[in-house]
Amino acid sequence: MAVNFTLNGHAHSLDADPDMPLLWAVRDLAGLTGSKFGCGVGQCGACTMHVGGEPVRACSTPLSAVAGQKVTTIEGLQGKVAKAVEAAWIRHEVAQCGYCQSGQVMSAVALLGGNKQPSDAEIDEAMQGNICRCATYVRIRAAIHDAARSLKA
Amino acid sequence: MTEQTRISLPAGNRRQFLQGAAAAGVGLVVGFHWAPRQALAASAATDGSLKSDGAMLNAFVRIAPDNTVTILSKHLEMGQGTYTGLATIVAEELDADWAQVRAEGAPADAKLYNNLAFGPVQGTGGSTAMANSYMQLRQAGATARALLVAAAAADWNVPAAEITVAKGVIRHAKSKRQASFGKFADAAGKLPPPAQVTLKDPAGFKLIGKQVARLDARAKSTGTAQYALDVKLPGQLTALLQRAPRFGGKVKSFDAAKAKAVPGVVDVVQISNGVAVIGKSFWAAKQGREALTIEWDDSAAEKRSSEQILAEYRELAKQPGLPARTEGDADGAFATAAKVLEATFDFPYLAHAPMEPLDCVVKLAADGAEIWAGDQFQTIDQANAARVLGLKPEQVKIHTLFAGGSFGRRANIVSDYIVEGTEIAKAFGGKAPVKLVWTREDDIKGGRYRPIYHHALAAALDHAGNIIGWRHRIVGQSIIAGTPFEPAMVKNGIDSTSVEGAANLPYAIPNMSVELHTTNAGVPVLWWRSVGSTHTAFATEVFLDEIALATGQDPLALRRKLLTHHPRHLAVLDLAAEKAGWDKPLQPGRARGIAVHESFRSYVAEVAEVAVKSDGSWRTEKVTAAVDCGQPINPDIIRAQVESGIGFGLSAVLYGAITLKDGLVEQSNFHDYQVLRINEMPEVEVHIVPSNEKPTGIGEPGVPPIAPAVANALMAATRRRFRALPLAGTIKSA
Repeated sequence: MAVNFTLNGHAHSLDADPDMPLLWAVRDLAGLTGSKFGCGVGQCGACTMHVGGEPVRACSTPLSAVAGQKVTTIEGLQGKVAKAVEAAWIRHEVAQCGYCQSGQVMSAVALLGGNKQPSDAEIDEAMQGNICRCATYVRIRAAIHDAARSLKA
Repeated sequence: MTEQTRISLPAGNRRQFLQGAAAAGVGLVVGFHWAPRQALAASAATDGSLKSDGAMLNAFVRIAPDNTVTILSKHLEMGQGTYTGLATIVAEELDADWAQVRAEGAPADAKLYNNLAFGPVQGTGGSTAMANSYMQLRQAGATARALLVAAAAADWNVPAAEITVAKGVIRHAKSKRQASFGKFADAAGKLPPPAQVTLKDPAGFKLIGKQVARLDARAKSTGTAQYALDVKLPGQLTALLQRAPRFGGKVKSFDAAKAKAVPGVVDVVQISNGVAVIGKSFWAAKQGREALTIEWDDSAAEKRSSEQILAEYRELAKQPGLPARTEGDADGAFATAAKVLEATFDFPYLAHAPMEPLDCVVKLAADGAEIWAGDQFQTIDQANAARVLGLKPEQVKIHTLFAGGSFGRRANIVSDYIVEGTEIAKAFGGKAPVKLVWTREDDIKGGRYRPIYHHALAAALDHAGNIIGWRHRIVGQSIIAGTPFEPAMVKNGIDSTSVEGAANLPYAIPNMSVELHTTNAGVPVLWWRSVGSTHTAFATEVFLDEIALATGQDPLALRRKLLTHHPRHLAVLDLAAEKAGWDKPLQPGRARGIAVHESFRSYVAEVAEVAVKSDGSWRTEKVTAAVDCGQPINPDIIRAQVESGIGFGLSAVLYGAITLKDGLVEQSNFHDYQVLRINEMPEVEVHIVPSNEKPTGIGEPGVPPIAPAVANALMAATRRRFRALPLAGTIKSA
């Protein structure tokens, strides 16, 4: 049964098991590999995508749940906030192995979309669903503050 | 991997190597038939692009007509910044403009890309990348520069000595001529390499030790960096493997009927350690795997619980072990001691849990095979895959991609996941390329853990409280025994990785006995970021603080007194203490702990500041680190690696433990094998000791001091003793 949804601004129709997690539908069927597999159970956030602008764990979201919805992956990020976050990530050299960073960036963009000037505590709360085994957390905090400042300027 | 590993490195190896590399010159370009250009990047490239054009000036430097300088990295980029560091070394001597530099993974070749610290093998580990490559890559950069200059001199008909190079521009001032590297790259690649080159005076460095930007920052911030998980070859299928639930278990029988009925499942094959389901997608293969019925033969499997293993270790520690270090007369010192202090320490199995679970793509052809992986031991993996396929190693091409973390897991002498992927591809008859993906559950339950260790320490004190004797017994599995590294790394029954950090304890204690009991368990074990120092630093540095507390001494002052002959330890200790304000008063409820440790010839001291609330819960608020890793190559990457080591170490302080119940691993994913999250990350300050010593590693040395520094801070705050990791079992975190 085909599931219809919008992926990064384009209409998509995927003929797949409706229970297939969104992550694997996007990676294996739509061919976009920026979103990563880290745990499969919504524990690590490496798979984070935006559905209707909200961050979701795509590894544990069935494809059927996004029927008719707007899905955005790291490949489709656009706009001022996204640009500011990516630029801050590069400036602070946040990434080490980099594998979790698509998910980190997606969560950070969602945070700054709703909170223009998050405190450390608000950053911790919004970002604690995203694990980084390289523990780049100090720089994630700094980059989010920096992105917030650059958006204000 | 430890830095001490040296396997039969012939004298003059470096020179032969460079000659070989240079002689390979242009010929190497011909050899570079990478994957088809329409496929993904053949190896991890920092800019995410595929640029295989250009002239090879030697094995490490390729220059394209568009002036792009590509540095071929013999080491795996797994987050530690090695691509940027190695490229910095080459670019310095080449006088390239940093903006024209990119890096990519070199093909597997133990002759060209040998790790000079433990070769002949192409491999990454033991924090050796900068240390073993430093002179080699400076020479490679200088040689390439000399070739460009020679080519320009010939073309311009001017003396080479009058040509200067700066920021990627070749210039002859007298004739007012200048050119970019691209113009002369082809000609340079055809010239014979110079007999010798002069390296720069470090005082004139423009890139080494300066702030240059990480080459992979953009690709890794925009989702374009390529990992093995992202490889997609035409017709490629995905495989998941069901392994035995107990280590050492074997397949007795299995029924694949239900699995084969799952839509998208293509085949089910048995290999040496399990049953693999091959599907058109990860999801199909996973559902197929869940539908398998397998009966296991556990007759040779490990069936003990980790508590039983530890109980056996505690008994063993009551007996003397094999000597790892003997100084003076420890027995005599204990016989005459005014006071004896004793403590035992327990450490659990630890999984590495890199964010990218193990994965690889294997493609078979009539006359060879290709493997894509975040490959850490390229030539070992190549040889093991070749053995499975009945091929010569050189018939197996390894494409090294970025690894989504490793922490030691991908550096594995039996190449477990590579062999699995290869066996699956072979059992499938090579009908399609196969990507093997481990799930997180496979990773947590899959073994190759940091071993369980038990330590028993005793200190003999005289009437004045001076330490006159030290006995340290370590009990645990050997990481090295039974591997090809054994002849080099196990001497007189002592696996150097079991005792590193303890056998070379720097403190001035006249009578010492460091002993080892090597045990056997059916649980496969492996090096885990900083290897032996993950436990020896904790046991020694916490015990030293217990002595300080018992004798009424300041922990810093006691260390300073015992380190008078170790200036590098002393310098990082003093710097960390000064920057942390060791002698400054603290807010109420706060306490500091300090620890210093040398690993992989780098020296790190860390001061942890913890806050303990009235309900007894606690949090690490701030860590101040000082590090001496010789000549710094990239200060910001050094800082990043120390931040990372602290965060990685804190996971093990707070939660890290793999436990077995009747041989079954009790943990399965990040909910019960918890790791550090952002809300638990302290503020971190890293200070680098200026140094002209040769560079040493920084990927691992940030890890060892954090656990004892935190435990020592908690001891200072609570007067309680912390003798087992993780601390979750002893004191709750906030």
